[in-house]
Amino acid sequence: MQAKKRYLLLFSAGACLVLLFCFGGIQVPLSRRGPSRRDDRSLAGYHPGARWRPLPGYLQPFSPWEQDRSDDLNEHISPRQKRDTLSGLYTGKRCRMESCFDFSLCERNGFKVYVYPQQKGEKLSDSYQNILSSIEGSRFYTPDPGQACLFVLSLDTLDRDQLSPQYVHNLKAKIQSLPLWNGGKNHIIFNLYSGTWPDYTEDLGFDIGLAMLAKASISTENFRPNFDVSIPLFSKDHPRTGGERGYLKHNTIPPYRKYMLVFKGKRYLTGIGSDTRNALYHVHNSEDVVLLTTCKHGKDWQKHKDTRCDRDNTEYDKYDYREMLYNSTFCLVPRGRRLGSFRFLEALQAACVPVMLSNGWELPFSEIIDWNTAAVIGDERLLLQIPSTVRSIHQDKILSLRQQTQFLWEAYFNSVEKIVLTTLEIIQDRVLLHTSRSNLMWNCLPGGLFTLPQYSTHLRDFPFYYAKLGIKPHPKFTAIIHVVTPLVSQSQPVMKLLVAVAKSQYCAQVMVLWNCDKPLPAKQRWPATSVPVIVIEGESKVISSRFLPYDTIPTDAVLSLDEDTVLSTTEVDFAFTVWQSFPDRIVGYPARSHFWDSNKERWGYTSKWTNDYSMVLTGAAIYHRYYHYLYTTYLPASLKTMVDQMSNCEDILMNFLVSSVSKLPPIKVTQKKQYKETMMGQSSRASRWADPDHFAQRQTCMNKFASWFGTMPLVHSQMRLDPVLFKDQVSILRKKYRDIERL
Amino acid sequence: MYTSGKYSSRGPALIPRMKTKHRIYYITLFSVVLLGLIATGMFQFWPHSIESTADWTLDKRSVHDAPLIRLPVSSPIPERGDLSCRMHTCFDVYRCGYNPKNRIKVYIYPLQRFVDELGVPISSTGLSREYNDLLSAISDSDFYTDDITRACLFIPSIDVLNQNSLRIRETAQALAMLPRWDKGMNHLLFNMLPGGPPDYNTALDVPRDRALLAGGGFSTWTYRQGYDVSIPVYSPLSADVEQPEKQPGPRRYFILSSQTAIHREYRAELERLKEENGEALLLLDKCSNLSQGAASARKRCYKGQVYDYPQILQESSFCVVLRGARLGQAALSDVLQAGCVPVILADSYILPFSEVLDWKRASVVIPEEKLSEMYTILKSIPHRQVEEMQRQAHWFWEAYFSSMKAIGLTTLQIINDRIYPYAARTYEQWNNPPVVKWSSVNSPLFLPLIPPRAPGFTAVVLTYDRVESLFRVITEISKVPSLAKLLVVWNNQNKSPPEGEKKFKCPECTAIDGLSLDQTHMVERSECINKFASVFGTMPLKVVEHRADPVLYKDDFPEKLKSFPNIGSL
Repeated sequence: MQAKKRYLLLFSAGACLVLLFCFGGIQVPLSRRGPSRRDDRSLAGYHPGARWRPLPGYLQPFSPWEQDRSDDLNEHISPRQKRDTLSGLYTGKRCRMESCFDFSLCERNGFKVYVYPQQKGEKLSDSYQNILSSIEGSRFYTPDPGQACLFVLSLDTLDRDQLSPQYVHNLKAKIQSLPLWNGGKNHIIFNLYSGTWPDYTEDLGFDIGLAMLAKASISTENFRPNFDVSIPLFSKDHPRTGGERGYLKHNTIPPYRKYMLVFKGKRYLTGIGSDTRNALYHVHNSEDVVLLTTCKHGKDWQKHKDTRCDRDNTEYDKYDYREMLYNSTFCLVPRGRRLGSFRFLEALQAACVPVMLSNGWELPFSEIIDWNTAAVIGDERLLLQIPSTVRSIHQDKILSLRQQTQFLWEAYFNSVEKIVLTTLEIIQDRVLLHTSRSNLMWNCLPGGLFTLPQYSTHLRDFPFYYAKLGIKPHPKFTAIIHVVTPLVSQSQPVMKLLVAVAKSQYCAQVMVLWNCDKPLPAKQRWPATSVPVIVIEGESKVISSRFLPYDTIPTDAVLSLDEDTVLSTTEVDFAFTVWQSFPDRIVGYPARSHFWDSNKERWGYTSKWTNDYSMVLTGAAIYHRYYHYLYTTYLPASLKTMVDQMSNCEDILMNFLVSSVSKLPPIKVTQKKQYKETMMGQSSRASRWADPDHFAQRQTCMNKFASWFGTMPLVHSQMRLDPVLFKDQVSILRKKYRDIERL
Repeated sequence: MYTSGKYSSRGPALIPRMKTKHRIYYITLFSVVLLGLIATGMFQFWPHSIESTADWTLDKRSVHDAPLIRLPVSSPIPERGDLSCRMHTCFDVYRCGYNPKNRIKVYIYPLQRFVDELGVPISSTGLSREYNDLLSAISDSDFYTDDITRACLFIPSIDVLNQNSLRIRETAQALAMLPRWDKGMNHLLFNMLPGGPPDYNTALDVPRDRALLAGGGFSTWTYRQGYDVSIPVYSPLSADVEQPEKQPGPRRYFILSSQTAIHREYRAELERLKEENGEALLLLDKCSNLSQGAASARKRCYKGQVYDYPQILQESSFCVVLRGARLGQAALSDVLQAGCVPVILADSYILPFSEVLDWKRASVVIPEEKLSEMYTILKSIPHRQVEEMQRQAHWFWEAYFSSMKAIGLTTLQIINDRIYPYAARTYEQWNNPPVVKWSSVNSPLFLPLIPPRAPGFTAVVLTYDRVESLFRVITEISKVPSLAKLLVVWNNQNKSPPEGEKKFKCPECTAIDGLSLDQTHMVERSECINKFASVFGTMPLKVVEHRADPVLYKDDFPEKLKSFPNIGSL
């Protein structure tokens, strides 16, 4: 019994301990907080030491099932009626796509944009002219208003500052008289400036009705989300197409530049938007934070002059704006009279990370661009914290912000055309809701203008996101052989080619594109292979049909071949393994180069063996299937027709396209000597190559393409990729791709 | 008695009998400990219950003991929410201050019971379990502060999750009585079921001045972009029902509609779709033979056949989430949990956490008008994409929908990101499920730049004591035209580096070539690789079979015309 007692004792002591802990002990540390308990009990039941504490035990749930019951009660209101009432209910400042836009206009013909014909005597500014011609040159354009989903005025609405010489009078009457105006429904109005001194309102001075606004310097209060589009303020010298590249040529590590933060601009002294710039001198330290203002602007600046003006003006003249822009890590972008300023695009192009000080500015294309990845969004109220904020940003982050400025600049801002196309694509994404881009597509290379959701909304189907998603492209390819000559013998090069390609372990399927005038040969005339061979008859037998996005391509990779190409299975295997590492580029064999001919002031084309190249011929090249889609939909009909009519240059055009997307050169892989000879030698196509006209055509093509792209997208490379042990002095038996070395 | 007897008979065998003095000693010891503990306990309760009632009422652990506040009829009512409010106009950023952690401080008001002059409470439910969970989670998080003077954001402990259980005017008065209310500045309210019959407003109807609203069911007309936060309607089923996680892949049904209160117009539309497409669609409704309540919430029926809800959701690739009287639906949460891709038909609805979540990768949004085209639209989505959306959907649930804690902390993080935008979480951090986070490669140098040649390169040579071979390297490399700088890292503490160019020959050095052929050296390096791979959690190295050579490398071409003629000649 002794032992039993001891157990009991032990047990009861333990129980007491547990009980004590439950009731009181645990509270000890918590209840000791809040030293000033007695003061400030002015408000009933409250005292500052009190803190919120969770309640254990059963509480009633908040019951979302009740929702169902209330839904039942609501049975009588028809959702259709509800939808119809929206359009009457939410207009003007409360316009949204659901209430002010007619989706049915876009259903029949897709997203087509109509531009009103220019009226006689109506003057357009250069910028507006650029906007209109960008639309007219785009694939969205339709000359038929009956087909259109979106309408663009040919009345210049860009500058609505009454004091401006560009201001168009009587807009209201002019617009009301347009027969297609329809209360502004499905119209988009472009505007850069609105309001004037002293209050700079965002009103355009006429009734925009149900029209959408694509406006610069728009404030969050006036911005109608998912209806308006905020565009950047651009100058009248902004190029229509092409556009300058970003200034970042190479990354530096550590990423700090001479200055940490700079600004140089006017100070308004009084009136709207002057406070922030007037306060900048507090932060200026004339060492690494250089914020300069001048009071000199307008005629009567002397009248408003304050005590700092003279000192500021002298300091202002000491520094060169360009020098500061290129040598600073961050660039301050404070608001001016209006919310947006030119400083924004200037900083973006200069790879100087913008530090925004413009409270309430709806940043350009905010609907799709994640500005936190390329800019520092500051708060005007916290100006004094700005230096410590930017100094606290980690090097890695600066490096990434800086690169993102360059990507965004080149993807959406560097020409009027890009700004306009981005605006249209944003609206198209709203209209075709379930085929729209994800945020990733907009905010990653190569950007939304090159990532067309009509091809696929699945990231995996594009060549750009494999690394980001941690996945690999499809492990096989589809060969497409372009045939233009009739089948006469079994020993024809195309037969050998077909067999060699089909033997590749990575080959999923061979497609023969029959672009020959003779009828299709019987099925049994094609050699027997282990992979399926599909013969497709080219519809109009034009050369562009080799780049059509055929549904029958099951793989990510396409091996594009001319009928007279000579390739061994080993070569194909090797090229494909290389492509897997560079899925967004063209990987192929024979290469060509371009150069600037300064005598003739135009681009030249050369097929000479040189130390570098910028194109790889698509007669023997592997690239991603998506480029077929881009070629067919992104490029304008004018270029494709030109190529078809000449039956030439399709490969050059493809190289232009891919390089403008990837900003990188194609990749040449090593080839057998024998192949080179045939390419330049005896085959059917060789006659074409030897033809001087053919060569001249290609020269012309280059220049036509460069002018459409607005720039020369091709990039030179000096690198060729060879198998690891290629021509090394080791036994040939140790080499995996030994056939490539054999003659 | 039987058991104790058994114990006592065993006792002596297990524990040797103690002597009496030992026994006394033990008993005294236990008594002292016991008395001490009781005394401590008494001390705990005693002084505090006298000193401050407010603090301790809560410890009695009952809502009814929270201090009772009587609202005078005339007490002020806040203004209705101001639609033009934005962070820079209605939020006092000075309260958040600059701090190195870039983290806002959140204060939660202590619990109070508000009643009107007649003693009727302002809310029929009082504090709900969910709101209690939400506040507990916040008070346990890094955001929490109990110092009201240091707080940047204030959360009332007045539960407004469900508007239907509130008396609107009185709730508003109660809010205005909060000591730091100050026109609602920096106050955050959580509401999941806004509006009431007949027109069901899409935002909480309680007048609330400038307070931020984390609301479930915002429409584009009530949501103040960049100010409010759109949150999900929490589904209590997710906590109640244990479900094994289902891997993405093909499922038995293609489309499933499981909501019970679908308007008859839409139900007719769904029936029509079902007629056209048969088995691929499963159209469930509530079971007519079951009474309302929690039990009925767990069953669904189709033509007399009973299905378990939410388990049935796992059997379908797509699940319809149609608007009801309200835009936000708790079904969305159930659907995501099941890894079923939500097909959302709720025009103008602001999707939960849409400020940070990329819903296009996890859902299909279809205009209500196009309900009849739903089947065709969904059929056009490739299988692989559906699987990825399933995975993404489940991940969203797990990370942001699964509990009141997840919902609360996500809301705070979103507000935090607005106040410290330069330290905001990235798109990848918000949207990539852990699998992708591990396997994806985000190069720090992602911009395709081809650097100019002009700056050249810097050679960094690491050396230990093989001076001879070092000099050979230096001699060779300094011939390279684009060499800008040469840096030698002398990695030998026992010897000082040779000085100047005179000592170009090093007599005592013996060539220790073939070091890398050494067997132990190879073993060591293999061990390194394994160690690194285990630390990285994956093998980041990739095997390629190609090598970069100059374009004309080893080509039958005049050497003097090649840019890099010497490469490859050993």
